[in-house]
Amino acid sequence: MRPTDITDPEYFHKVVDCQYACPAHTPVPEYIRLIAAERYTEAYMVNWESNVFPGVLGRTCDRPCEPACRRGRVDEEPVAICRLKRVAADNKGDVQAWLPEIPLIKNGKKIALIGGGPASLTVARDLAPQGYEIHLFDEQIAGGGMMRSQIPSFRLPESVLNEEVNFVLNMGIHTHFKTYVSSLREVLNQGYDAVFIGTGAPKGRDLNIPGREEGKANIHIGIEWLASVAFEHTAKIGKKVIVLGGGNTAMDCCRTSRRLGGDEVKVVVRSPFAEMKASPWEKEDAQHEDIPILDNHVPKEFVVENGRLVGMRFEKVQAVYDEKGKRSLVPTGEPLVYIEADDVLIAIGQENTFPWIERDLGLEFDNWGMPVVSRKTFQSTLDQVFFGGDAAFGPENVITAVAHGHHAAVSIDLYCQGKDVQVRPSPLTNLVSQKMGIHEWTYDSIVVNDDRYKVPHAEKQKTLRDRKVEVELGFAKDTGFKEAQRCLNCDAQTVFYTNRCIECDACVDICPTSCITFTDNGEEDDLRTRLNAPALNLSQDLYVSDLLPQTKRVMVKDEDVCLHCGLCAERCPTAAWDMQKFLYSTSKASNVCGVLQL
Amino acid sequence: MTYVKPSFRHPDLPKNDLGFTKKDYEGAISTLCGGCGHDSISGSITQACFEMSIAPHRLAKLSGIGCSSKTPTYFLGNSHGFNSVHGRMPSVATGANLANRDLIYMGVSGDGDTASIGMGQFVHAVRRNLNVVYIVMNNGCYGLTKGQDSATADVGSISKNGMNQFQAIDLPALALELGASFVARSFSGDKNQLIPLIKAAISHHGFALIDVISPCVTFNNNTGSTKAYDYVREHITTADVVDYVPPGEEITMDYPEGTSADLTLHDGSMLQLTKLAPNWDPRDKLAAMQRIYMSRAKQEILTGLLYIDPNTQDLHDLIGTVATPLNELLEEDLCPGSATLEEINRGLR
Repeated sequence: MRPTDITDPEYFHKVVDCQYACPAHTPVPEYIRLIAAERYTEAYMVNWESNVFPGVLGRTCDRPCEPACRRGRVDEEPVAICRLKRVAADNKGDVQAWLPEIPLIKNGKKIALIGGGPASLTVARDLAPQGYEIHLFDEQIAGGGMMRSQIPSFRLPESVLNEEVNFVLNMGIHTHFKTYVSSLREVLNQGYDAVFIGTGAPKGRDLNIPGREEGKANIHIGIEWLASVAFEHTAKIGKKVIVLGGGNTAMDCCRTSRRLGGDEVKVVVRSPFAEMKASPWEKEDAQHEDIPILDNHVPKEFVVENGRLVGMRFEKVQAVYDEKGKRSLVPTGEPLVYIEADDVLIAIGQENTFPWIERDLGLEFDNWGMPVVSRKTFQSTLDQVFFGGDAAFGPENVITAVAHGHHAAVSIDLYCQGKDVQVRPSPLTNLVSQKMGIHEWTYDSIVVNDDRYKVPHAEKQKTLRDRKVEVELGFAKDTGFKEAQRCLNCDAQTVFYTNRCIECDACVDICPTSCITFTDNGEEDDLRTRLNAPALNLSQDLYVSDLLPQTKRVMVKDEDVCLHCGLCAERCPTAAWDMQKFLYSTSKASNVCGVLQL
Repeated sequence: MTYVKPSFRHPDLPKNDLGFTKKDYEGAISTLCGGCGHDSISGSITQACFEMSIAPHRLAKLSGIGCSSKTPTYFLGNSHGFNSVHGRMPSVATGANLANRDLIYMGVSGDGDTASIGMGQFVHAVRRNLNVVYIVMNNGCYGLTKGQDSATADVGSISKNGMNQFQAIDLPALALELGASFVARSFSGDKNQLIPLIKAAISHHGFALIDVISPCVTFNNNTGSTKAYDYVREHITTADVVDYVPPGEEITMDYPEGTSADLTLHDGSMLQLTKLAPNWDPRDKLAAMQRIYMSRAKQEILTGLLYIDPNTQDLHDLIGTVATPLNELLEEDLCPGSATLEEINRGLR
C-alpha cells in the first residue's frame, strides 16, 4: 500500500466516526469534552455553529452519529451523543454575546426563502451575518416548519423551539407568516437575487381501500392531524384509535392520541416489527405508554356502519425473502383480523408536492415530479433557485435539512458574488499536539468502562394527562458528565512520524486492541490478513507509514477499534507517535461565532 | 502517566484450544521505560503461551531483581509467580521444580542478575540440567541503577558512562561449556524469531537458555553501544530459522532437501530448522562453539537456536526421583509404617 496521506483532511475526518456520519459534520467529541468541563455555553455554541438547533436536535435527532460511534464497536452501546447535546442546551448560559453581529449596512442582495423550516432557517442563519436582506415566507403562524407542526410538544417543548427559531429570526429576517406562496413566477418577478425553496414534504400519503370515502369523518392523515393538534385546532380523539404505519410519524400519532383521549391505541404495521422505519427508542417509548404494535398486518378495509367508522380489517402476512434478500409479504391464509376503532390515523409516508411551481419557468422536474437539483450545490436548473431539506430529494430529517441549508447558503453566497458555485471553499481544519508533559494529554485519555446511562422519564400518569408535558427529562449534570466520559475522543488522532521510529515494538505491545502491526508492506487485501488482529471491517481504513528506517518494514494501524487511549504515544520513547487533535469544520457561508477557534 | 490499561480488546481476537484469548495471558501494565526491549520479550512470552494453549495455572514465573525481574508482573497475570532475592532465582526454581515437577517453569533474569550477582547460581542450574526455561533479558547495563556497564557489555561498547574495558561474559558460550542442553540467542525486536524459540524452550526437557539482546532505551541505546536497536539490527546474523510445530500437528512447510532438519522434542512437538549456513547442525556442540567464536570475531551477533540435545536427561531423571510430584506425596507414601520397615530390615539381615 502507498503511505497514508494524512495531509488530506478527509483521512482523519473519517476516523471521527460520529462527526463523519453526521450530515452536518458537527464536531461531536469537541462539544462532549466541553460538557465534561462544564463549559455548557461553549458546548452549545459549537453545536449551534454546526447544526443551528441543538436544543431541538438534542431531543429529536435521528442520531446517525450513534450507530457510527466507535464505542459501539468495542462496547455494548454507543455514547448517548444526542442526549449529551441536550445537556449542553439545557445548561447553557446567556448566548447573546456569542451570536454573530448583523451588519446594519446590507450588502445589497435580496434573498427569498420559501418555507420556514430547518433548511430555510439555516440558510438565513448563514447569510444574514453577511449582510443579505432575507425574506422568509411560511403559511403557518410561526417559523420552524415540521419541527413545529409535526413534532409533538411532549418530545419538543414549544419554548425550546421558539428560542432557537428566534435566534435566527432576530437576525433581522423579514418574516412573512400566514403567507402561502402560490406561484414561483410571482416570487421571481419580485427581484430577488436568489430564491431558496425549503417547503419540505408536506403531503401525507393516503390509503385508498374500501370504506375510505364512507368513513372519512374519522380517518385522518397523520401529519395533517399532528399539525392540527400543534396549532390547537384539534384537542380530542376517540377512545379506540388505530394508527397505520411504522415510522416515527406513526409513533408521534399514537402517543399524541394517548394524550387526547385515546384509551385503546394500537399501531398496526405491514412489515415485521424489526424492520419498522421508526427509531428503536421511539418504538420503546410508544410501548412504554401501553400502545401495542401489531406487525405483519396489511390493511384491507375500513368498516363503516350506519355512516360511522367502527373498525378495520387486516390480512395477516409473513415476510418471505428471496435469495437476493428482497422482501415480499405473503398472506398466511388466516381469516381477516377485525380491530375496532373510533378514529384511524394514516401515517404511511410523506410525499413532495410542488403545485405552486410553474412548469414553464425553466426549472426542470424529473419523472417522479421532483425538481432536478445538484447534490453538491443544491442549485436547480434555474440558476437563481436553490433547494434544500425534504423539498430537495424527498423526506429525510432535521439534521439533513440543516446540512442542505449550509451547502445551499454557500452556493447562494457564491452565486450572488458572481462566482462559480461548483468551486467549493475548503473545510476549516487544524491538527495540534495534545501533549502537555511526558505522559500527560490535554484530554481524559483513560477509557472508562461505564455502560450507557439511561435518560430519566417523567411519570407516565403525569405525561399522559397533558400533551405539553415533556416525557424525557434529560441527563442531570452529574450523569451528563459520566456519559461524556464514555466518549473515546476519536478526534485525538494517532499521528505517526516514520523517521523517529526505532522499531522497539512498545506501541505494539501496549495497544489494548491490537491495532498496530509492523510488517512487510503489501497490497491492502493481503495486509488485512497479516495484522496482529484481523482487520475485517472494510469501512475502516488502514493507516500505513513510509518504509521504516531500520528494517524497511511498514507500520500498519487498523483504525477500526483504536480506543484513542494514547498508550502508544505514552510508551513511545522517541515520540514517533503523537496524539493530535483534529478539528474539521465544514465550509459555511459565514463563520458565525468562531467558537471552534477557542 | 496512565497506570491503567483499558479493558476493551479487539472484538475479533482469536481464541486458542482452551478458549482463551491473548488477554487471558496478559499481566499488569508495564512500569518500565517506554521502548524497553523487556516489554517486547514479555509480549513474546504472552504470545507463545497463548499460541501453545498453556493453561495459565500450569506455569510458574520466577525471577530475581532488576528491570528484567520486574517483568513477570507484566505477563501471564493468571500464572504462579515468585519474585526472589537478587541472583537467587535458580535456587528457588530448583526447589520449586523438585517439589512439583509437573509445572512449567519460566525463569526470567537479567544480565546483572545472571552474569554478576547470580553467576554462581546460574552455572549450577545449567550443569544440573534443571528443567526450566531461563530467559536472560540482556541489555548490557544495570538499568535499574542508572546504566552502569554490566558483565555482558562488550569490550569497547560505549554507554552513557563511557567505554567498557572489560571482557564480556558470553552467556550462550558459557552455558555450552557447562553442558546446557538447549542454547539460543535472540533479539527483543524480532518476535518472529523469538516466539518459536520460546515455544521450543518450553517444550524442551531440560535447561533451556535464551539470551535475548534487549536494548535499554534510557541508558544504552546510544551511538557506540553494541546493544542499541540500530547496532543490533546492523550486526545480527541468523544461524537458523526455527519453525515450531506443536505435538500432533503435521509439518506443512516444505523446504528443498538439504536445507532443513527436523527435530522431535520430548513432548512430541517438532522443530523444523531451516539452515542458513552449510554443514550446520545445531546438535553438534563443537560446530556451535566454533560458530559462536567466529561470529564474535567478525563482530556479528549470532542468533537462532545455537545448540540442542533433544534426548537429554533433566535433574529428575539424573537423581531418579519418583514420577509423582514430591508435593503430592502423602505421609503414608513417605512413611509406609513399621511393618514395611521390618520387611526392609529383614531383607538386610
